[in-house]
Amino acid sequence: MTLLSAEGLTKRFGGVLAAKDVSFGLEGGEMLAIIGPNGAGKSTTFNMVGGQLRPDAGRVTLAGQDITGMPPRAVCRMGVGRTFQVAQTFLSFSVIGNVQMALIAHHGQTRMLLPDAMAMHQDAALALLERVGMAAQADRPIGELAYGDVKRVELAIALAAAPRLLLMDEPTAGMAPAERSALMALVAGIARAERIGVLFTEHDMDAVFAHADRILVLVRGEIIARGTPEEVRADPEVQRVYLGHSGTRAAERARRAHG
Amino acid sequence: MQWDFLLVQSLSGLASASSLFVIASGLTIVFGVTRIVNFAHGSFYMLGAYIAVTVVPWLLEIDRSPWLFFVGVLVSALAVGALGVLMEMLLLRRIYRVPELFQLLATFGVVLIVQDLVLLVWGPVDIPGPRAPGLRHGVVILDQRFPAYELFLIAVGPAVLGLLWLLMHRTRFGVLIRAATQDREMVGALGVNQAMLFTGTLFLGAALAGLGGALQIPRVSANSQMDLSIITEAFVVTVIGGMGSVPGAFIAALLIGQLQAFGVLIFPKITLVLVFLLMAVVLVIKPWGLLGKPEAAAGRVVLPEGILDPRPLDRAGKMLAALGLAAVLALPLLDAYAVKVGTEVLILALAAFSLNFLVGNGGIVSFGHAAYFGLGAYGAGLLVVKAGLPMEPALLAAPIAGGAFAALFGFFVVRLSGIYLAMLTLAFAQIAYAVVFQWVEVTGGDNGLVGVWPSRWAASREVYHYLVAAVTVAAIILLRRVIHAPFGATLRAARDSAQRADAIGVDVRTHRWLGFTLAGAAAGLAGGLYAFSKGSIDPTLLGIPMSVDFLSMLLLGGIQSVLGPVAGTAAFHAAKDFFMPLTDHWRLFLGLSIIAMVLVFPRGLAGAWDTLRRRRA
Amino acid sequence: MSRFALSRRALGAAALLPLARPAFAQNAPIRIGELNSYSRMAAFAVPYRNAMQQAQDAVNAAGGVMGGRRIEFVFRDDGSTPGDAVRVAEELLTRENVAFLAGTFLSNVGLAVADFANQRKRLFLATEPLTDALTMAQGNRYTWRLRPSTFMQTRMLVEAIRGRNVRRWAIVAPNYEYGQSAAANFKRLLPAAIPGAEIVAEQFPALGRVDAGATVGALGQARPDGIFNVLFGADLTAFVREGNTRGLFERRTVVSLLTGEPEYMIPLGEETPEGWIVTGYPWEQVTGMPTHQAFVDGYRARFNDTPRKGSLLGYVTVQVIANLLNKANTLDNEALVDALRDLRTDTVVGPVTMRGIDQQGTMGTWVGETTLRGRQGAMRNIRYADGADYMFSEEEVRAARRT
Ligand SMILES: Nc1ncnc2c1ncn2[C@@H]1O[C@H](COP(=O)(O)OP(=O)(O)OP(=O)(O)O)[C@@H](O)[C@H]1O
Ligand SMILES: [Mg+2]
Repeated sequence: MTLLSAEGLTKRFGGVLAAKDVSFGLEGGEMLAIIGPNGAGKSTTFNMVGGQLRPDAGRVTLAGQDITGMPPRAVCRMGVGRTFQVAQTFLSFSVIGNVQMALIAHHGQTRMLLPDAMAMHQDAALALLERVGMAAQADRPIGELAYGDVKRVELAIALAAAPRLLLMDEPTAGMAPAERSALMALVAGIARAERIGVLFTEHDMDAVFAHADRILVLVRGEIIARGTPEEVRADPEVQRVYLGHSGTRAAERARRAHG
Repeated sequence: MQWDFLLVQSLSGLASASSLFVIASGLTIVFGVTRIVNFAHGSFYMLGAYIAVTVVPWLLEIDRSPWLFFVGVLVSALAVGALGVLMEMLLLRRIYRVPELFQLLATFGVVLIVQDLVLLVWGPVDIPGPRAPGLRHGVVILDQRFPAYELFLIAVGPAVLGLLWLLMHRTRFGVLIRAATQDREMVGALGVNQAMLFTGTLFLGAALAGLGGALQIPRVSANSQMDLSIITEAFVVTVIGGMGSVPGAFIAALLIGQLQAFGVLIFPKITLVLVFLLMAVVLVIKPWGLLGKPEAAAGRVVLPEGILDPRPLDRAGKMLAALGLAAVLALPLLDAYAVKVGTEVLILALAAFSLNFLVGNGGIVSFGHAAYFGLGAYGAGLLVVKAGLPMEPALLAAPIAGGAFAALFGFFVVRLSGIYLAMLTLAFAQIAYAVVFQWVEVTGGDNGLVGVWPSRWAASREVYHYLVAAVTVAAIILLRRVIHAPFGATLRAARDSAQRADAIGVDVRTHRWLGFTLAGAAAGLAGGLYAFSKGSIDPTLLGIPMSVDFLSMLLLGGIQSVLGPVAGTAAFHAAKDFFMPLTDHWRLFLGLSIIAMVLVFPRGLAGAWDTLRRRRA
Repeated sequence: MSRFALSRRALGAAALLPLARPAFAQNAPIRIGELNSYSRMAAFAVPYRNAMQQAQDAVNAAGGVMGGRRIEFVFRDDGSTPGDAVRVAEELLTRENVAFLAGTFLSNVGLAVADFANQRKRLFLATEPLTDALTMAQGNRYTWRLRPSTFMQTRMLVEAIRGRNVRRWAIVAPNYEYGQSAAANFKRLLPAAIPGAEIVAEQFPALGRVDAGATVGALGQARPDGIFNVLFGADLTAFVREGNTRGLFERRTVVSLLTGEPEYMIPLGEETPEGWIVTGYPWEQVTGMPTHQAFVDGYRARFNDTPRKGSLLGYVTVQVIANLLNKANTLDNEALVDALRDLRTDTVVGPVTMRGIDQQGTMGTWVGETTLRGRQGAMRNIRYADGADYMFSEEEVRAARRT
């Protein structure tokens, strides 16, 4: 069964049609990228899937279950983890504290009144940090980290919910190029190993063409093209509207790398 | 009821609305630009009236002309504007960077200072102002006589609205005010001289308050209580209108004026409740007021104000806590009065601690925490006085009463955020206050109820002290534990990023609601203990001054620290107890101490202690 | 007139003197704890304190009490809330070693201190709180009141309109206990005084924030023949101005509590309405009472100010206390309370008896009509209404105090 399917998602903000009839499907273990210029409606689409925004029209189903309009917390409990375009973490917590908090929430223990929260799920949290390469920084306040590292921790937080689906809005923004591909490789590895579906957006075309299985191109709220990286790269409309020269070069680089 | 009467009644409403708008517009502009909730706005209003009753008669000695009257009114307004500038330069300028709550508290310090200065300068006797020459008479409208001066006042509101519109749209200063109201960072980025903008805004805001006060002198005598009676109404108007919105304030003032004019006909006894009910209803339906806009979701991420990373006490902390506990236990060795004060400190410390559970740990700023304290006291007191129960079961009822009302009010409160949330807590507290105040048959009205004394075994000062010590220390330890536990951590997490908390599966609203209820229950317990220590209950326990006291205590202690509020309570209560017998003007000293504290220890006593230790280390 | 009143404690603390002091040495002064709203209600309380000091000095100059001991009042602000007041009372009893307590202004504060005194078994002479509850439903053995209560003053006014042909009445009162109970008393007493009278409107504006225009409009609409007013202070000024302009008081009988007291009359100034029937203190027109004149002269000379109702009350309070101490000749509070029962004192307003059954003093007040003299309000046709004639009946007292 399709893990995630979006049908006809539409969202209007006053006079702006931020998303218009957006439909797509995503399988477990698949990496689906949404690309498009600034203001195209990528985050809006994410937010409609993640429950942060209620679509004006359309349906979102997760493994056959309708989750349209459910609040984020419910969507999370259905097995969806996400990261935000502007990283959202618990700034007053330590790095490991952030992950522990996510684990406490995942285990439904947020109403416990007596045990010491920071003594709970330490090993599991450390293991998650290990996976994203942040174990060494576990005890630092998260506010002290470089932004790229915060993004990694956010990934660990998202993974704490043992998700079936990961929503990643610009996961590598603010990272150095080398770091970016390392992170995307990490995500791809996890996705394929655990059959997690990943929906992500990226402005870095290298990362997109290197790791996406399929790509959606969103412009002014509408999907103008979709397909494998090759198909999208070859699409003249996409080239004209969005990718232009630099995008084509990135796609070629990616193909060479995969050789 | 004839329609000509209704018309004249609605004219009365319009006159009140007009006056209210002039005052509230200043408050809302100051808030829009500086984001400071200026309690001292009511003091500016009062100063406007006092200056006018001094200046205007002096001018009228020269010539009894209407023009000189209005010159006097304008001079008073400008003088108050200058005082606003003074306050901005001496105080506000130093505290733009400190947490919002501290700013609020500092302006409350100004309120206390002005109250006593007014008494010192003008004396305690109300001073009647002269009537406006040429507008002394009544005008007959449809067989009803209506004061000409009030017809004039009706015109003042729209005139001020129009002038403000011109100012906002036709001058550079006004455009900057609007820009700052919409987006503060933008103004900083534009490189505008912020200090000038803020000083100018305070001048405008204070002058409007002063104008409002000066315009009142033909109607009411200048008196030392007019500051607090106007400030709550001005808050209500700005909140209903949407904070920062001048047209919103205009609409809200019209609404409230009419509500009062016709409210007295239908519900002559509960006009006070009506106003706050309206505010509560508006906030529940329109969380940002009628014309307000949601705070632009901050793109940047900042460290929240409050408890950051609660750690187990280190050695010095443990020693300090042990020392404090030993002092509490040893008080009876000192003298009887020390025991009494110690008992009160313990009780208030629990209340302040429970407030910090909300403010420091949950980021939920409550301006009305005294409501739950007072309702707890009433829960216990009513059982003793009306049902004849002994202290023990009554004390059990106190946290239940506090918690139950916190659950009821909190259900609506946690739907909002930021300043609007705070204002809704204030509205509910005022509703509770008004009901307790006016429901004489049950609550004894403002007289309250007496005879709430401890059971015989706990009747002595010392035994009751130990009982209070046992209960409050246990409750504080328990609450502290909750702060460290998953529930407390979840509240902290939701405060840091509600979006992230939601995305990891936390039902933020429900947790906040439960937290609000728990804090209300703890405050209720404190209230019950307080009732038995005083032997009586009365509405002042739920009043705004009590809520402000609690906030002062926890700010003095430091909202970043778990145990700071306890120290803050001890310091605050000791200071009050020290100044009160010293002089009639203890408010002045209290106000000065509060301001000094905000300036010197912006992170409270706990913050100062931290800094001290870090310097040693 | 406002000044920093430094208390003994402050001076002592400043000089770092040891706190301990010989408690009840034979010739040590007798200390009496006086708590009142000196800060919040300064217009009343400061003249009150002035006169107390004046009276204290007079008593001490005349040789003191109990065979040569001086009296000394320890003044404290009661914070205007019951919570603060009870703590201050505790401080007076424990730290200042006062013999007993006196004072308070607000009714809720008075009631709380009264109950506290009952708990501690110490005498409390309430001076200003007007609430009937203090000596009736919530009366206790240790609490006594000197000045006429809400009921007594209302009754004086109702007597003044007895038999007049004024049938339709409107009531305006501040919405708190004092206003409500004055209104209730008026409604209760009116039918006996004016058969067939009815209440056609009631307005209860919030204390301190009367919306004068709306209130006056609502009252006028009911077309009453008479108005019973309980508003005072800033509310009263606003109400009177609005009513004058709108003609609310024209051709109407207005009966008004406390309006003749200088505290409330002075701020009315030239707006003082003509012909209101009021209770008050027209000190200038009180004649034929030499001791009263001496009090007034002494007060004016010493404080360079005219006496207020509070001044009179403060002075009489000290006279009663001095008499009590002389008669009891002990500081034992049980004996003091017993001595106070039906104690008769000759005061500057004439003889005052502390009636034993409800522990209420028979001090009276003046009833008369308001008038404008120059640019100041004054009273005319005045008459001293002796409190003894207006008290609750003994049956009522017994019924109220039994529970
Ligand atoms: N809450 C909102 N209210 C009003 N308009 C909004 C809101 N959120 C988004 N928009 C508008 O909707 C459009 C799509 O925004 P969205 O954030 O989805 O774009 P995006 O593709 O994520 O862009 P970027 O690459 O810059 O992140 C934009 O025009 C934006 O201004
Ligand atoms: Mg985006």
